[in-house]
Amino acid sequence: MIDPRPLDIVVLAKQVPDTHNVTGDVMTKDGTMNRNALSAIFNPEDLNALEMAVQIRERHGGTVTVITMGPPNAANILRESLWRGAGRVILLTDRRFAGADTLATSFALQKAIEKIGRYDLVMAGRQAIDGDTAQVGPQTAEKLGIPQITYAESVLGIADGRITVERALDSGSEIVRCQMPCLLTVVGSANTPRPPSVRRQMALKLAATPGEYAALQKRWPEFETVEALDAYLGAHDLRIPVWTADDIGATAETIGLAGSPTQVHKINFVVLESGESRTVAPTPEAIAAMVAELIHEYIVG
Amino acid sequence: MTEQKSIWVSIEQADGRIADVSLELTGKARDLADQLGYEVVGLLCGHDVEELAAEVIRHGADRVLLADHPELAHYRTLPYARVAIAEARRRRPEIFLVGGTPNGRDFAPRVASALRCGLTADCTDLQIGDYYLRREDRTYTNLLYQIRPAFGGNLVATIVNPNTRPQMATVREGVMRMPAADASRTGVVERVTPAFEPGDFALEVLSRQVRYSTVRLKDAAVIVSGGAGISDPAEFELLRDLANLLGGEVGGSRAAVDAGMIGRESQVGQTGTTVRPRLYIAAGISGAIQHRAGMDQSSKIIAINTDPNAPMFQIAHYRIVGDAAEVLPLIIKALRERSTDRADAPGAAVGEDEGAAG
Repeated sequence: MIDPRPLDIVVLAKQVPDTHNVTGDVMTKDGTMNRNALSAIFNPEDLNALEMAVQIRERHGGTVTVITMGPPNAANILRESLWRGAGRVILLTDRRFAGADTLATSFALQKAIEKIGRYDLVMAGRQAIDGDTAQVGPQTAEKLGIPQITYAESVLGIADGRITVERALDSGSEIVRCQMPCLLTVVGSANTPRPPSVRRQMALKLAATPGEYAALQKRWPEFETVEALDAYLGAHDLRIPVWTADDIGATAETIGLAGSPTQVHKINFVVLESGESRTVAPTPEAIAAMVAELIHEYIVG
Repeated sequence: MTEQKSIWVSIEQADGRIADVSLELTGKARDLADQLGYEVVGLLCGHDVEELAAEVIRHGADRVLLADHPELAHYRTLPYARVAIAEARRRRPEIFLVGGTPNGRDFAPRVASALRCGLTADCTDLQIGDYYLRREDRTYTNLLYQIRPAFGGNLVATIVNPNTRPQMATVREGVMRMPAADASRTGVVERVTPAFEPGDFALEVLSRQVRYSTVRLKDAAVIVSGGAGISDPAEFELLRDLANLLGGEVGGSRAAVDAGMIGRESQVGQTGTTVRPRLYIAAGISGAIQHRAGMDQSSKIIAINTDPNAPMFQIAHYRIVGDAAEVLPLIIKALRERSTDRADAPGAAVGEDEGAAG
């Protein structure tokens, strides 16, 4: 039985540096980091969460709203969210959010979700590839006072205000049923996110935050003024709203660096070295000699 | 009255058995507590698990807080978190360590959020130290240094929580050494009564399927691992051939797991399994620090990579610059020839005797 009631879903997404594709020029010789050498991408498991949300909407009706907290250019993943099926997107950006650890991040997300108001499900990727902490989902659920279902692999059904979910654990799997509203964190094996729709990409390519208007107007000189552009975007539902700390009612001591109990004491660029090391040529003779040595030292055999 | 300061360890158990990581952390907590003069407290939730408390004490705890209740028979976030949050508010531990298992990583952030305290995931080392905070011109002493690779593994960060308690951290299985059980240790088992609220049971578990992993990476003497440099399943089969020949296990870097070459249970590294084999062969693994953190204690490391600048070469004992698809068959061939020598040629025994003498 399909629950006839439409569902309002909020998806939490993050723009992350593409740490899985770190190239040689990211680290400089003096051990500092060249952040510009890393491209910014949509956190992979957040795409799985968005896909799961869009599939639920296709089945049950309702809304999918994507929120991201990040720098102004995180609007890029919001546009991508629109192309991939989100109906509404919101950018949380404010200098005062900077330096937030997972606790401070979850405070800001709680406030933003509460400002959205009605929701049945909050969904996020299991973890972000830049920190791999998997903490923001559960911490946001705790602050919203709703249950959490981590490692969601698939939604088996939604009925009578409850959702049934299969969870993927290292040690097996679990099927749970939970009252809504609740928060799901979604694993990468849950689905294959659909590619951005070309039709939606065409229709929504101008979607922009106010901070992007000037650059957009340069690319589209047919809009003679920023006001004309804004009027056009407004008329076509292409404005990406930006919420600041004040907009969500977050107090200074709960967000950003000030709201973060964890502090970085120090950062090391470690050079690990082996005691004795030797280069072995990739030839049958050299490899055979290495194997003989390992057998001789009782490492193998 | 001076309050006895404490280090807590969340004791994870299932089917009457304590997770290894919980005992490893109890041992680590013991070391830290001895430096600080603190008490080690194990928080044990479950049903009919009283007999497990003694094992926690044998591994280093002074006290076990035992919450034994039918609703705690299996792990569920809200009932377990309810107990931990209530007891932590009452007793105010300085440090709270949680195993980085799927359940631990579900539980710890829920608890940290309620306690409004800092939490660091997947630490690869824990130490005690001081922290000077310039803004306050104040030095905080005896903080927990929570050390973990950061930013995609290019850096190692030391995290501290100067102003909030408890200082919470998760640590993966195998990162800390399992302490020897000491049957002569004594400790206190203190029962605590959970005060559940109706909302704690919003989630019900309909079924559980336990898959016993056949992968025993942690205890393997030899591990042959593949990474991004192995792009083809046929090449990955070479790793299996070599591992079989050496009586070892096959592992992989995160890249290999993400590419679907091998299951997640075989991932070596900070977010996978930490291993200390006698021999570790890294084939086509560049050696991001998260991976190295999980295997750099190996006795001997052979690195095979086409990129002579791969970080893995920095910690390798044998560096082979070349394509794993070509090098692995050479190793396999050399090993086969050695074993044939031994089986067929009595002369080969001389070599073994020499080895024993040397």
